[in-house]
Amino acid sequence: MSAVTDAVRADVPGNRLVRSVRDSLVVARRNLIRMTRIPEMVLFGIIQPVMFVVLFTYVFGGSIKVGSTTDSGVYKDFLMAGIFAQTVTFATAGSAAGIADDMQKGLVDRFRSLPMARGAVLTGRTVADLAQTAVTLLVLAIVALLVGWRTGTAEPTDPGRILAGFGLLLLLGYAFTWIGALIGLSVRTPEAATSGGIIWLFPVTFVSNAFVDSTQMTPWLRHIADWNPFSASVQACRELFGNPGVSTSDAWPMQHPVWATLLYSILIIAVFRTLAVRKYRGAAG
Amino acid sequence: MPGAIYAEGLVKTFGDVKALDGVDLDVPEGTVLGLLGPNGAGKTTAVRCLTTLLRPDRGRAVVAGLDVLGQPDAVRRSIGLSGQFAAVDEYLTGRENLQMVGQLYQMRAKPAKARAAELLEQFHLADAADRPAKTYSGGMRRRLDLAAALVVSPPVMFMDEPTTGLDPRNRQQLWEVIKQLVSGGTTLLLTTQYLEEADHLAHDIAVVDHGRVIAQGTSDQLKARTGGERVEVVVHDREHLSAAAAVLGGLGKGEATVEDHMRKLTVPVTGGAKLLSEIIRELDGRGIEIDDIGLRRPTLDDVFLSLTGHAAETEGTEGPQSGKEAAQ
Repeated sequence: MSAVTDAVRADVPGNRLVRSVRDSLVVARRNLIRMTRIPEMVLFGIIQPVMFVVLFTYVFGGSIKVGSTTDSGVYKDFLMAGIFAQTVTFATAGSAAGIADDMQKGLVDRFRSLPMARGAVLTGRTVADLAQTAVTLLVLAIVALLVGWRTGTAEPTDPGRILAGFGLLLLLGYAFTWIGALIGLSVRTPEAATSGGIIWLFPVTFVSNAFVDSTQMTPWLRHIADWNPFSASVQACRELFGNPGVSTSDAWPMQHPVWATLLYSILIIAVFRTLAVRKYRGAAG
Repeated sequence: MPGAIYAEGLVKTFGDVKALDGVDLDVPEGTVLGLLGPNGAGKTTAVRCLTTLLRPDRGRAVVAGLDVLGQPDAVRRSIGLSGQFAAVDEYLTGRENLQMVGQLYQMRAKPAKARAAELLEQFHLADAADRPAKTYSGGMRRRLDLAAALVVSPPVMFMDEPTTGLDPRNRQQLWEVIKQLVSGGTTLLLTTQYLEEADHLAHDIAVVDHGRVIAQGTSDQLKARTGGERVEVVVHDREHLSAAAAVLGGLGKGEATVEDHMRKLTVPVTGGAKLLSEIIRELDGRGIEIDDIGLRRPTLDDVFLSLTGHAAETEGTEGPQSGKEAAQ
């Protein structure tokens, strides 16, 4: 058949890295196409954090103490870094559900029977989720501005620092989608993956400096909050955005939140990507 | 020289369950082997081991001349797999699905696109090519799944219960597609629960039960061993029943059973079609008018009963990894 020879001639060079990037992009494109065909999923992913912004701002604002004030305007500026960070971590559930769905539908079997790079199915998924997170974050930032969030309210800042803050948020979100990938490969159904992908995020995001000033917590809880990787990102964003409520804790991640966020994120990616890819290679759909 | 698909002593255990208990297979190039067995017999596990999806605990497998455990990536280049579920992305169109698979077979975008168009045409999906696969009927999805397995025209194909869940018309259609494919020289291993399907498509049939190949041969050989062939006759006049029973008893392998109310007689036979014409002549000679006569072939249950002494079990016992077989 002529198509066979055409196909062979069209073979992409065998360099492993090139192949891995290319295959990941093919899979990422597929996941992005899916997202455009299920817009309601993307929409719900946006509505939920928007709801959080509105609820926290108007319900808790005025009763939560930041530093020495309970001023609702201060709380608003304090809150946003926390909501942004929580939002990017919630992408975990999407990755977990998407991969569990591919397993259940037999697509993972198909992919695993193809001569493609081993990590590409998972990388393609996490990259597509990162794109979705970026869109969600953009909408959320606009809503935050609409309800009165401003940068540089506590300390001066500049556009470069603000962008760096969003960059760190995306990195954190990307790292967490690898945890989601592992969860998706470990459960039997997409439904289990959705809840399994999100339940543990509540303690992680609440035992932190995201919604309340962690220095006012009981000491043992405060230690957890201070060393929580999630807190480091929130602290880094508050610093970079020039927002109030930056923790004065002595804990290393609170003192060097940008470095801590980078380290934590890279560590999470390294560990969970390794585990997820290993799991994928042995996965029985 | 081993065939295009060769397996020796494959063993795979899930917990306490031995899904494969020493499976040997040898499929000569350009032929079709039907792996016949009930749910949970180990068919899917065997396919998964041969297609690099599952690592057997013991044993050796060679596909297209390549060692499955040693050169899995090279094996993946040479095989097409069509699973029990139509493994297509339902939110992608037929065209997007095929193009993606082509690219993941390491074709460049343009030839992958051209090949997708060619396959959509060949599988009568051209009209639906740009609709999401979600809108396809069951038969169309299976065809798309099969097309995806054929993107690079691999020399060796695996199909795991390709027609399970399809209505008779779609099953017939898919059989035609598979026959065409095989006439092009592709080596095919297909699993099925239906003897009729194996009969129709396979040169050789391997009967699997509890993770073992318990019999192998052509369909005629297996049926001869089974001896489950029966001739059924419906006489026009009820008065002729006993005369007909005598004829059938004389030519068949045993006593004819009579279902009075239906004017139907059944007798076990060996010799198939030749005997059938003899029976017709004999009945005709005695002036016994018949409404219907036919050779009933052995069913999977008959084959099983005779080979294993137990009826085909329908329970999936293949362990947690392949709830698929049980899910049918």
